[in-house]
Amino acid sequence: MRLSNKSATLLVLAALIALTPIFFPSSFYYRVGSLIFINGLAVTGMVILIGYAGQISLGHAGFAGIGAYSCALMPVHWGIPVLLAAVLGAIISALLAFLVGRPILRLKGYYLGVATLGFGILVYMALTNEAWLTGGPDGTQVPDSGLRDAAKAIGINLKNSEFWYWFCGVVLMIGAWLALNLYVSPTGRALRALHGSEIAARTVGVDVARYKLQAFVISAVYASAAGSLVALQNQFVTPDIAGYMHSIEWVTMTVLGGAGSVLGAIFGAGILTLLPQVLTMFAEYEQLLLGLIMMLVMIFMRDGLLPSVLRLIRGKDE
Amino acid sequence: MTFRNLTTTAAAISAFAVPAMADINIGASLAETGPAAFLGDPEAKTLRMEVDKINAAGGINGEQINLIIYDDGGDANKARTFATRLVEDDEVVAVIGGTTTGPTMAMIPVFEDAEIPFISLAGAVEIVEPVNPWVFKTPHTDRMACEKIFADMVSQGFTKVGMISGSDGFGKSMQAQCKGVAEASGVEIVADEVYGPQDADMTPQLTNIKGSGAQAILNSGMGQGPAVVTRNHTQLAIDAPLYQSHGVASKQFIELAGTEAAEGVRLPAAALLVADQLPDGDAQKPVVQGYRDAYEAETGEDVSTFGGHAYDALYILKAAIEKAGSTEPAAIRDAIEQTAGFMGTAGEVNYSPEDHLGLTLDAFEMLEIKNGEWTIVE
Repeated sequence: MRLSNKSATLLVLAALIALTPIFFPSSFYYRVGSLIFINGLAVTGMVILIGYAGQISLGHAGFAGIGAYSCALMPVHWGIPVLLAAVLGAIISALLAFLVGRPILRLKGYYLGVATLGFGILVYMALTNEAWLTGGPDGTQVPDSGLRDAAKAIGINLKNSEFWYWFCGVVLMIGAWLALNLYVSPTGRALRALHGSEIAARTVGVDVARYKLQAFVISAVYASAAGSLVALQNQFVTPDIAGYMHSIEWVTMTVLGGAGSVLGAIFGAGILTLLPQVLTMFAEYEQLLLGLIMMLVMIFMRDGLLPSVLRLIRGKDE
Repeated sequence: MTFRNLTTTAAAISAFAVPAMADINIGASLAETGPAAFLGDPEAKTLRMEVDKINAAGGINGEQINLIIYDDGGDANKARTFATRLVEDDEVVAVIGGTTTGPTMAMIPVFEDAEIPFISLAGAVEIVEPVNPWVFKTPHTDRMACEKIFADMVSQGFTKVGMISGSDGFGKSMQAQCKGVAEASGVEIVADEVYGPQDADMTPQLTNIKGSGAQAILNSGMGQGPAVVTRNHTQLAIDAPLYQSHGVASKQFIELAGTEAAEGVRLPAAALLVADQLPDGDAQKPVVQGYRDAYEAETGEDVSTFGGHAYDALYILKAAIEKAGSTEPAAIRDAIEQTAGFMGTAGEVNYSPEDHLGLTLDAFEMLEIKNGEWTIVE
C-alpha cells in the first residue's frame, strides 16, 4: 500500500518528535527542541501564505506579539485564565489580520512586503511604548499556565523543558495536520491556483481576494499560537518577540527549507534554530555563515533544501 | 528520509556538546552584540580578563575557573535558552549576567527552578524586589539614582522638577521610579516629557518644560538621546540646571554632547569615573584605580561603570566560593547572601536575606562636568 503524501509527512514528523530525545545528552536539548517546534508552527503558517498562496509577509511577528501579550495581559487585567487568553489572542490576531489584510492584500510584491513590514513594526512600537499596559521595553511576566501541574496531576511528571518539548511537539503535529489537510482541500487548490496565475484563477471562478485573505488570516493564527507558546513556556515576554527581525527570520526559515512543503519549512526552522546554538563558539561569524548558507541554497536549490534534496533522490530512482 | 533527518540532527547535536571539566564552571549570558552591546561588551571583556587573572594566580580554592559566556544579544527568549543551556548542559555552579532587565527577568525562573545562584548586571529594582533567594544584583537601581538627584536638587532649593525621558527600557523604568519617589523626596514633577531614543531634536519637549516653571530638569535616558537633550538645553539657553542619569556615565557622553554644552551638567555615578579624585584614605580608591588601569591596559578603551558591575559580580562570587569552601550552588548562595563590607567598583556591598542589592545611596557620587571632565560635587 502506498502512503499518501500527507500521512507520510505526518508519520515522519511524529517519528522525529518521538525519537530524537533518545540522542539528548541533557534536558537543555528539550528546550532547543521546543523552540524548533514553536518556530516550526509559525513557519507552517508561513507555508500556507507563501508556499500555497504565493503572498509575502514581513510582519508576522506582530501576530506573535499579540498572541504572547494576550497570555501576559488578559489574566492580569481581566482575570481571564491563561489558556483561554491564548485562544482569545488567536481570535484577535485573526480579526486584525482580516481588517489589515483586506486593504493590503490588494498590493503585490514589494508593496505587499513593505505594508506587512509596517504592520509588524506598528505592533512592536505599540508594545514598547504603551508601558502602562504592556510593561514597556523591559517586558512583563506571564502567569503560570498550570499545564505542567495538570500533567503532574494525571501522573506525567516531567521537567519544565521536557514538558514543553512534548507539548509544543503535539501542537506542531496538530498545526501540520491542519495545514496538510488544507493543501488538498478545495481552498488549498484555489490558493495554489492563484499562486500559479491570479488571472487564470479568476477566469475559472476563484474569488482571488477572498482566498488570499483566508491564507493571511490562517497564517496569522499560526503565528499568534507560536507567540502564545513562547510566552507560556518562558513565563516572560518582551516586545522583541514582535520585532521585525523575527518576522524576517520566519520568512528565511520558510524559504530555506522549502516554501511549498510543510516538512521542508519545519526542517528550515530546525536548521536556523539549531545553528546559533552550534555556532556559539564562533558567535562573530554566525551571521556570515547564515548569509552564506542562504545564498548557496538560493543559487543551487531554489525550491528550498528539502524539496531539492528529495527531487535529487527521486531523480535517481526513476 | 527518517534516517537521513535523524543522523543530521544527531550530528548537529554532538557538534555542540561541551566536554565536562573538573573545574569550577561559572556561566554568563550577556548582550555582547545588539542594541545593549555598549553595556554587554565591557562586561564580557572584564569577565574574561579577570578570570584569566584569577586562574593565573591559582584559581579559587586551588581550582581553576571555567568561564562560559554566551551572547544573547539582549533578546529575552535567547537569554532564556542560554540560561537552560548553562544549567543543564554546562552544569555551572553560578551565573553572572543578564545585561539588561528583560533578559534577566526571563532567566530568573530557570535559575530559581535549578537552584543556582544568579548575579544580575541589570538596573531595574524589580529584579531584587521582592527578594528572590537565588537572585542578586550589583548595579545601583534607577530608584537610587532618582533619590540621589532629588536630594541634590532639594539641597540647592529646587523643588519644581521638569522630567524628560527616553522611551527605551532604561528611560521608561527610571521615569516611573522617579515619579514614584518624587513626593517622598520633597520635589514636585511639573512637566513630564518623552522622546524616542533615536530622535535628533528635543527642542519642543524642552520648550514645554521651560514654560512649566521647572527649577531643574531631569533627563532619564541612555545612549545618544541625553547628548541631544544636553545640546538643546544649551541652545535654548534654559536657566534651570540639567541633571542626567547614571546611564550616561561614560566619556562618550561628553564627546557627543560637546564640552561646552555639557558644562555644569550633574549626574549620579559610581566612584569609578573619578578614581583619582577620591581622597587618599578612601577604601574604594585602590579597587577602582586597579580595575580601571587593568581594563584600559588590556582593552585600550575607556573604562565604564558597566564593566565595573561585572567586576563586582565576579569578585563577590569568588569571595563567596572561598568562604563556602565548596562549589555546591546552595552553599555558594548562602555565602553570597552573607557578603558584608565587600568593596567593589559600585561601592560597599552588604547583602542580607532582605536586601539582595546591598548598596546604599552613599555608593553614588554626585558628579558635575567641568571643562569636559568629571568632578565630584562637595
